[in-house]
Amino acid sequence: MVVGGVCRKRAGLKAGATLPAGPLRGRWYERKPMASDSMPLPQGIPLPQETRRTWLEIAHEWVTTVDHKKLGLMYIIYALIFLVIGGVEATIMRIQLLVPHEHFVSPEVFNRMFTMHGTTMIFFVAMPILFGFANYMVPIMIGARDMAFPRLNAFSFWMTAFGGLLLYFSFIGGNGLYGAGNAPDVGWWAYAPLTSPAFSVGHSTDFWTIALLVSGVGSIGTAINLIATIFSMRCRGMTLGKMPLFAWLNLVMAGLVLLAISPLTAAQAMLMIDRYLGGHFFDTQAGGSAAIWMHFFWIFGHPEVYVLILPAFAFVSEIVPVFSRKVIFGYPIMVGAAVAIAFISISVWAHHMFTIGMPSYANAFFVLSTMAIAVPTGIKIFNWLGTMWGGKIRYATPMLFCLGFLFQFLIAGLTGIMLGSAPFDWQLGNSYFVVAHFHYVIVGGILFATFGAFYYWYPKVTGRMLDERLGKVHFWLFLIGFQLTFDSLHIVGVLGMPRRIYTYEPGRGWEIWNIIASIGVVFQIVAMLCFALNLVRSYFKGKLAGNDPWDAWTLEWSTSSPPPAYNFAAIPEVRSRRPLWDIKHPEDPDWKYE
Amino acid sequence: MSTVPLAIPPSETPWQLPSRGKVGMLSLIIAESAIFTIFVVAYIFYIGKSLSGPTPQQVLRIPIFATICLLSSSLTIHLAVRALERGRVGTFKLLWLLTLSLGAVFLVETGLDWHHLIYEEGLTISTNLFGTTYYSLVGLHAFHVTVGLVALSLVMLFALAGKVKREHAYQTGVLSLYWHFVDAVWVVVFTTVYIVGR
Amino acid sequence: MRRARQLLVTLFTFLWPLVTSFGATPVQSSSSTSIFSPASTPAHTIFRFSLFVLAIIAAIFGTVFGLLVYAAVRFRMKADDDGREPPQIYGSNEIELAWTVLPVLIVFVLFVTAARVIHQIQDARRPPGAIEVTVVGHQFWWEFRYPQYGFVTANELHVPVSDPKHPTPTFLKLLSADTDHGFWVPRLAGKTDLIPNHPNQTWIEPHETGIYFGQCSQYCGVEHAKMLLRVYVQPRADFDRWVRTQQQADPPDVPMSTLAAEGRRVFLTAACINCHTIKGTVADGRFGPDLTHLMSRDTIASGAALNTPKNLRLWIQNPDEIKPGCLMPAMNLTAQQFDEVAAYLMTLH
Ligand code: HEA
Ligand code: HEA
Ligand code: HEC
Ligand code: CUA
Ligand SMILES: [Cu+2]
Repeated sequence: MVVGGVCRKRAGLKAGATLPAGPLRGRWYERKPMASDSMPLPQGIPLPQETRRTWLEIAHEWVTTVDHKKLGLMYIIYALIFLVIGGVEATIMRIQLLVPHEHFVSPEVFNRMFTMHGTTMIFFVAMPILFGFANYMVPIMIGARDMAFPRLNAFSFWMTAFGGLLLYFSFIGGNGLYGAGNAPDVGWWAYAPLTSPAFSVGHSTDFWTIALLVSGVGSIGTAINLIATIFSMRCRGMTLGKMPLFAWLNLVMAGLVLLAISPLTAAQAMLMIDRYLGGHFFDTQAGGSAAIWMHFFWIFGHPEVYVLILPAFAFVSEIVPVFSRKVIFGYPIMVGAAVAIAFISISVWAHHMFTIGMPSYANAFFVLSTMAIAVPTGIKIFNWLGTMWGGKIRYATPMLFCLGFLFQFLIAGLTGIMLGSAPFDWQLGNSYFVVAHFHYVIVGGILFATFGAFYYWYPKVTGRMLDERLGKVHFWLFLIGFQLTFDSLHIVGVLGMPRRIYTYEPGRGWEIWNIIASIGVVFQIVAMLCFALNLVRSYFKGKLAGNDPWDAWTLEWSTSSPPPAYNFAAIPEVRSRRPLWDIKHPEDPDWKYE
Repeated sequence: MSTVPLAIPPSETPWQLPSRGKVGMLSLIIAESAIFTIFVVAYIFYIGKSLSGPTPQQVLRIPIFATICLLSSSLTIHLAVRALERGRVGTFKLLWLLTLSLGAVFLVETGLDWHHLIYEEGLTISTNLFGTTYYSLVGLHAFHVTVGLVALSLVMLFALAGKVKREHAYQTGVLSLYWHFVDAVWVVVFTTVYIVGR
Repeated sequence: MRRARQLLVTLFTFLWPLVTSFGATPVQSSSSTSIFSPASTPAHTIFRFSLFVLAIIAAIFGTVFGLLVYAAVRFRMKADDDGREPPQIYGSNEIELAWTVLPVLIVFVLFVTAARVIHQIQDARRPPGAIEVTVVGHQFWWEFRYPQYGFVTANELHVPVSDPKHPTPTFLKLLSADTDHGFWVPRLAGKTDLIPNHPNQTWIEPHETGIYFGQCSQYCGVEHAKMLLRVYVQPRADFDRWVRTQQQADPPDVPMSTLAAEGRRVFLTAACINCHTIKGTVADGRFGPDLTHLMSRDTIASGAALNTPKNLRLWIQNPDEIKPGCLMPAMNLTAQQFDEVAAYLMTLH
């Protein structure tokens, strides 16, 4: 255990330098020069003949691939497409809510929009995008050549993908193939008895259920795969205590997926039994309970939000140290805090149900457990702060986004504490304040961190840098748009505006805030377009990245950009949490201090 | 472009990691346990809440024979894997077949129980809350037994074709973890349905 | 350190008006639904508690925000950087302990305070003078039953103002006839859901007369947005007068115009009676709101429209015009009959 103030000065390489070329020398990684040293990529293995392939061959290769990097990319691209779809749905809602008694869409359409928006964003944007990064990066970071079960990996991706397609097929088939279809309109929690056959006729709810069942199987598969990979595929020397935090946080996330998605799968199965076999689990006419669905849903739903935030923490834990030029502060405590968050988060679900009339002692218990999460979360924030403290912070785009994350997640966490105080929640719950809270966490936190991750790892994945100028425009526009939209929503929430309403009454002081919120979306759209432009343009025209553009320390930066199919010519061996630091500073390696 | 190899020094300390098969199977078991937990909770929550009959006391018969079969199959599969580890393929085949048949007997018994409940007692999944929770929970377990039996039969087929050798002890061992899990869950289901719920 | 304190003070002075302004004038017009302008006991208790929570949160926010800004600015890489790496600091157990213990203490304080308020509100005892109302949530309207007085009304809840010396709070029993709903009048009390098969309870104790607005706070289907709610807080005498009117049945031999009399005949022979009750007639449906004293209400269709002759006629002719997706069907009557029925409804005082 390292106690305070182990400091040392760095000598040698300039910040921003790349790895020394040629055989590396050092104490433990000494090796004899190999014949391959002078060979171009990939070492020791002849390059496949670069022939022109038909698009069919390329498509075939992508569809049948079991390579974790290709699958990771497919997850990410798939999620980005759904982000646009979910964003369009959000835009439709914001247009409808621009002024009171607006007639842009009918109530039915509005209800479908928020249901589809919420479901899409959680299950087909946030989860896949984070799984995508984990899929791509975890094996490389732990010095492995692939995931533990490559075929399971492909299976999981395609299950998730089909889940999304099924959900959207409801637009065509929701009412049965005859007549017009319709999308589910029960909200993303689908509270019983609104989902019972009596209140939800047609098949829209079935599509919702099956989509989540199917993609849930995919998520569980990915989680199993990540766990097995991290436990069983680490390169020599990488003990659990020397894994990058990225791997740790994704390990915890995967564990949480096992515990969280499974209850959802079970609950969905029950719902199907009710709808198709005449069961009564949630049938209030036959003595069934509506409250038990709420419990089952939130036993999934709350850990789910931590499933989403942990990978975002993972991004931040990689990016902040590199751009502050400092080692992460308090590594063991960061790991402990993540595990603590996961454990506590299993016991807090009913803070989403403070208004359903639980006994007062139950409400009090869930206040306590909810607030307990603030402690490990606070520890994480403070340790990032500690990492920045005394560093030399470079404000490249990835770091800018991380800084945005830190500020906004702080605010979002504190509004979470307001909601967690049960009596306060009796006023704030189910109002736009909640909407503002979770968009602050998800958009202001997760999405910002994810954008940071895009800027950070894009060079590794494509071999080219994203454009910094465009990146900063993206950052500032998105920041402004985000603040305009979601700050205002806090205020209308406090002014008493409930969520999930397709229109509202004038004269309650809500109009101006709704207008501001809707205007913010315009900024967000422009920002997103900048981002999309950047992704595409830099792919062709971006500056060449080299292996290690950020002067970083984890294993992925030791291989070429993009990494070869097998990741590493020779499986690396590590002795510390920052193997590349050791190489760059042979006179003062990390492992002396860990 | 080139990859920068972090060269490998001659291994001094052994580098041992848990096998991915076991880790994967244990993770799957954790996920499955969570699923069963939800069904068990629902079952317990709804005990005695049915608005109409029949009640468990009236119609449930305790499946003692089936339970004995299923639980003893855990022992036989364990012995089978042990036999394979020692290279005794013949014993392995015999014990594996025994496991398979014990599992099959359990399934058939469950089927007969259900037949009795449906056709003689008039209890279906839509009759009342008891029917809903009973058939879902026991059915979920039976489904897992079925999946297990399919996997066991595949191994049996390979074994009959002479393809299962000593070096496959590891794979069969991982599969046996699943089977043990299915048995353990039955203990929970049995306790819930036939002891707590009656 | 001094700078940090200054920053905190600045932040506080900046944030405080923002918070309190929610309760202040411009917004607090008569139709305000701000949670920061309470007018009844539970809402008041929550308000005071929320100020306490806000103060703590503001302090945490100020501190951490300040530190973040400080670190972000102070430790940025300077233009004349010498290219050396900064000192690498791996951690410090003392500091970690400090920023673990401090939040634990804060959490504990918050929890204890919250638990007290929960107990105070949720386990409040019912004084003898309490009014009892059973609220039944329907897709998409409210039914109010007054078991003490034996009548049923809809959408507009009337309660007496409570004198602190002789408190007459109103206790609401919350039931649902179909899906989940939420009873929320922000200035009177926090929200509580109405869930089928799961009776709930809440209470209000308003101290000022007036009309308080609210609406259904739990998504319940197509017209969740227009399941509005009004609470009329009246002086006791007015309330008692109102109760007496409501208790009367529709007098069968009230003098009415031929138009209205004809409308009455149409009403009583059309499908209306399957869903609506008019006391004193054969109409005893329970699916829709009780219409016995329709004219004593300011709005129809749970606040979706004002109760004017024009709206009333429009409503019976085509409810979807006012509340698309509501569960009252458009009736297949002639224009003449619509006029007649509307005229009849307007006699229901
Ligand atoms: C990734 C997502 C994410 C994250 C991380 C969080 C984090 C938290 N959330 Fe949030 N939440 C959601 C996503 C998330 N939430 C979503 C999607 C919903 C709504 C779903 C729906 O209804 O549709 C929701 C709804 C929601 C509710 C229900 C509201 C309602 O419907 O009535 C509550 C209530 O307690 C709550 C609380 C919290 C708390 C206490 C945290 C805590 O984890 C926050 C902890 C962080 C901090 C507190 C800040 C940093 C800490 C310090 C600086 C230390 C010092 C602080 C103290 C001592 C207090 N959230
Ligand atoms: C990952 C999660 C996530 C994300 C990223 C978002 C992003 C956004 N959300 Fe979402 N939201 C949820 C998860 C999320 N939301 C959930 C779970 C709910 C609850 C649902 C429920 O109640 O059941 C919800 C509900 C919700 C509501 C409340 C609806 C209601 O209760 O009635 C609103 C209203 O303003 C809203 C708005 C927005 C906006 C403006 C964005 C913006 O940040 C989006 C910006 C993105 C884009 C705009 C896409 C980019 C587009 C292009 C590049 C192409 C050009 C586009 C156009 C021409 C339109 N969301
Ligand atoms: C199928 C059932 C049904 C029938 C038939 C029906 N109504 Fe209704 N009615 C409702 C429902 C449900 C509402 C509440 C609608 C809402 O607010 O969402 C309602 C509301 C009303 C209201 C407004 C009451 C209030 O206080 O807000 C009036 C007036 C009314 N109906 C009159 C009529 C008349 C007149 C007829 C016959 C010509 C009729 N209804 C037939 C179901 C019905
Ligand atoms: Cu009733 Cu929403
Ligand atoms: Cu939560």
